[in-house]
Amino acid sequence: MKIDRRSFLSFIIGGAAGTTLSPLPWKLMDDMSIWTQMWPWTPVPENGEVSYANSTCTLCPGGCGISVRLIDDRPVKIEGTEGHPVNDGGLCVMGLSGLQLLYGQSRVKGPMKRVGKRGEKNWEQISWDEAISMVAEKLDELRSDGESHTLSCISGSDQGTVPELFKRFLDAYGSVNFTRMPSIDDSYELVLKLMHGVEASAGFDVENTDFLLSFSSGILEGWGSPVRMFSANGSWKKSGGKVVQIDSRLSNTAAKADHWIPINPGNEVVLALGLAHVIIKDSLYNKEFITNYSYNFENWKRVVLNEYSPESVEKVTGINKTIIRALAKDFAGAKKPLAICGKGQGKNPGSTSEFMAVHALNALVGSINTDGGVWAVDNDKQNYIQWPDVKKDSVAESGAQRDRIDGAGTENYPYTRYLPNRFIENINSSNESLVKLLFVHGANPYYTLPDTHNVRKAFEKIPFIVSFSSYMDETALNADLILPNHAYLERYEDVPRTRSFNRPIIGLSKPIIEPQYNTRHSGDVIITKEKKMGGSIAAALSWENYEQCLQETLGDKWETLNENGFWVDETFKVPGWKNAFKTPTLKCDFSYNELFSLPHFCILGIKGDDPSYPLALIPYDSMRLANGFIGDPPFVIKTVEDTVLKGKDMFVDINPDTAKKYGLVEGSKVILKTPNGELKVRVHLFEGIFQNLVAAPRGLGHTGYDKYISGKGANVNELIGTFEDPASGHDAAWGIAAQLIKV
Amino acid sequence: MGKHEKPKKYGMVINLDMCTGCGACMVACMAENNVPFKEDESDKLLSITWLRVYKLSNGKKFPDADICYLPRPCQHCGGKGDHGHSPCVSVCPATATDYSHETGIVSQIYTRCFGCRYCMAACPYHARYFNWWDPVWPKGMEKYLSPNVSPRMRGVVEKCSFCFHRYQLAMNKAYLEGRRELEEDEYQTACTQACPANAITFGDLSNPKHKVYELKKDPNAFRLLERLGTNPKVYYVSSREWVRRAGDNYLQHEETVKLN
Repeated sequence: MKIDRRSFLSFIIGGAAGTTLSPLPWKLMDDMSIWTQMWPWTPVPENGEVSYANSTCTLCPGGCGISVRLIDDRPVKIEGTEGHPVNDGGLCVMGLSGLQLLYGQSRVKGPMKRVGKRGEKNWEQISWDEAISMVAEKLDELRSDGESHTLSCISGSDQGTVPELFKRFLDAYGSVNFTRMPSIDDSYELVLKLMHGVEASAGFDVENTDFLLSFSSGILEGWGSPVRMFSANGSWKKSGGKVVQIDSRLSNTAAKADHWIPINPGNEVVLALGLAHVIIKDSLYNKEFITNYSYNFENWKRVVLNEYSPESVEKVTGINKTIIRALAKDFAGAKKPLAICGKGQGKNPGSTSEFMAVHALNALVGSINTDGGVWAVDNDKQNYIQWPDVKKDSVAESGAQRDRIDGAGTENYPYTRYLPNRFIENINSSNESLVKLLFVHGANPYYTLPDTHNVRKAFEKIPFIVSFSSYMDETALNADLILPNHAYLERYEDVPRTRSFNRPIIGLSKPIIEPQYNTRHSGDVIITKEKKMGGSIAAALSWENYEQCLQETLGDKWETLNENGFWVDETFKVPGWKNAFKTPTLKCDFSYNELFSLPHFCILGIKGDDPSYPLALIPYDSMRLANGFIGDPPFVIKTVEDTVLKGKDMFVDINPDTAKKYGLVEGSKVILKTPNGELKVRVHLFEGIFQNLVAAPRGLGHTGYDKYISGKGANVNELIGTFEDPASGHDAAWGIAAQLIKV
Repeated sequence: MGKHEKPKKYGMVINLDMCTGCGACMVACMAENNVPFKEDESDKLLSITWLRVYKLSNGKKFPDADICYLPRPCQHCGGKGDHGHSPCVSVCPATATDYSHETGIVSQIYTRCFGCRYCMAACPYHARYFNWWDPVWPKGMEKYLSPNVSPRMRGVVEKCSFCFHRYQLAMNKAYLEGRRELEEDEYQTACTQACPANAITFGDLSNPKHKVYELKKDPNAFRLLERLGTNPKVYYVSSREWVRRAGDNYLQHEETVKLN
């Protein structure tokens, strides 16, 4: 057959028409979409019986109740426990992503000892026996050299059976150097000690307050127990409660508040006293409280009236005097006003002056131990841990006589319990080796303590560091030995307090799933270790294992806790004023100056008064960036905005006017330099910030953990120095002098 | 639709005064719906977030600057007269996305989708996301995947389903108990449940017994891009005028109108 042009075209056209009309292309397209989607690596989650298990989240001090959904024995989702007194069904980003931590890549899968240099990530898996013998050997060695006091422990918390076991071990071993990580708890405990004369934690009756005055506290950034604060914030919107946020940056809290009053950072104490001035002058204070329950009020009043007039306060704070007057009147005029302080999430303690001034403001309006006010929640009421005293041998006795390395409780800092900032500083400034063995539990000081550079130096001076972390955090990374704890969903642990909660509450963290790796409960490690050491140390603890210890300690609360996941003291009433104060005069003590012989209230500056640092750097907190001892899991880092993190670059907020001055535009790369160091960052122009301020997010710049968080952005703690509060020794730095260099 | 059931119009009212921008809704959604994650999620065009919280700003200078967060799930548009002509449903050549007259929910059927992304172009809310890559769960992490929602594969579009599997589970339970109707709290989305600020309320917009029925009539309520006629089922409430204007319902010279 001859193929001519005509038949060729007919064939082509006919073929095309035929194919199109046939089902073939459609079938092929359909099949293709099916084939390309049928990859064997697309997981098919196994089905099974659904159940829920209640527990308590321990990822932060917030103490939320969690209900874990299980498919057979496999946890698949974490939700908030409905009806829980703290979070009633709500949960934060971290709590919701807990399973990514449980199954995540940053878990430490078994005991490991360092083989390369510190931080080189060169590890050797060892057995638990070997690991515990290693520590026991070190401990024996120190003890026989008469250096038991050089053992130290840094812990995330000082309450609950596990921290108590560590404390007890140190006691029996012969060291007083147990240190808790810093937070506003330090400052509030100090204020209650000084003004109320009690050993108590501050609880806030936020649900019942109708006027919340927040001195830079990030009530929507994670202050206190985050979910509880969110829910309280929602209830104020419904009930008409007012929130006034004093803040130098338009934080989420400021944006959601009824009024945002920008303030020159660091001057909160001045404003608080300025408000007190107006309240006293206009006689708006609570006469009943001041007449019957205050001591040395007249002296305090004189200082406030002489030195803190709205005019002089305006000069320092940058807040107009008419606003100060109006705010004071609104605050005093509210039915149940409440003033709170502690910047951002409250990760750092603050200046004692500021905390006392704010507490005095509450006292002035009678909002102490009343509905909607601040309550002293007696620690004894929560204290179910009634273990017999440790029988100390001679070594332990002599260890107990020594002063703490951080100087807390000594002459200079009589009322302070822990000073991790001084701990680091004293290690660095001493010629001796003050700490020869360090235990780190439930904390990541290498990353979270300000002034990373100094922390690093101090760590280098400590010859042996043991981390009990479940995750490969920065501290674990730079330790010599890791004794990984079970992850929080794999272990029992009591959570004896919820930060800022107004009633005694105990949460129980329960094992929802079998341990996934070769980990061991830190409580068990301590108990076994003590057994190994024998003598008085072993005698200090007679429990078989941690679970038995916990059950025995909790006694009749065990069953309630195991079932509900929490126990709340239902008999606890609003403490009231009568018999509430245990000071020598049995009144609320305003006598500040006598105690510290300080020139009245002091405004704390920041490091770096050199004119080459014309700006001030302040760190800021966000719910979407965990900056505690656990870093963001993948879901959480996913929620971070691209004006905070883009690729590996971190953004700092500056005012567009500041940007203009430096010739910067949105996204410009700069070097952010402070007396403590420098970091490469990019700028985000933000109208919600004072000129000459630079705000950097906390929670980025991890070097530990997995690829989903590691190496992203920079750790602002590298740039922030510490600034010691002269009254307490606490770190009261709220920022640091800084400069921006265009690159 | 079963002949015994009344048609429902599930929707949300989100109170933007109460929303704190914490992101819990986003994460609750990801955890509930097996949403994947990558090493770098900072390119937001490629980051799959069925529910995304946007940060709005009023554009004013310090100290008059203000910000507000706006959570944006799929708006489950009913189209004019709720006939189901939502922008995405109208254009899907594969019937991979459909409007349910039973619930008012816009579905997404992954196995039907062949990835033409026509719906993404049509959706005025950027509520749809495309799987450019196969999702990868690092070893061990696949253990937390929920069997209620099938993990997606490369080449398909995905979006918020108002946690439709929860509706199915609740209905199954109701049928077993001999009921045909659900109580309001029997079917709630994961984001609503997790919201620590109680800013999200979810329910049947046409059922006077449900909270959303009244809430949507708030004088400060608005919907996004209402003038497009998409008839979305997500209402927002804000006491701040600039936020209501940010719903893009007004020309510059027009005044903000309060509902009702």
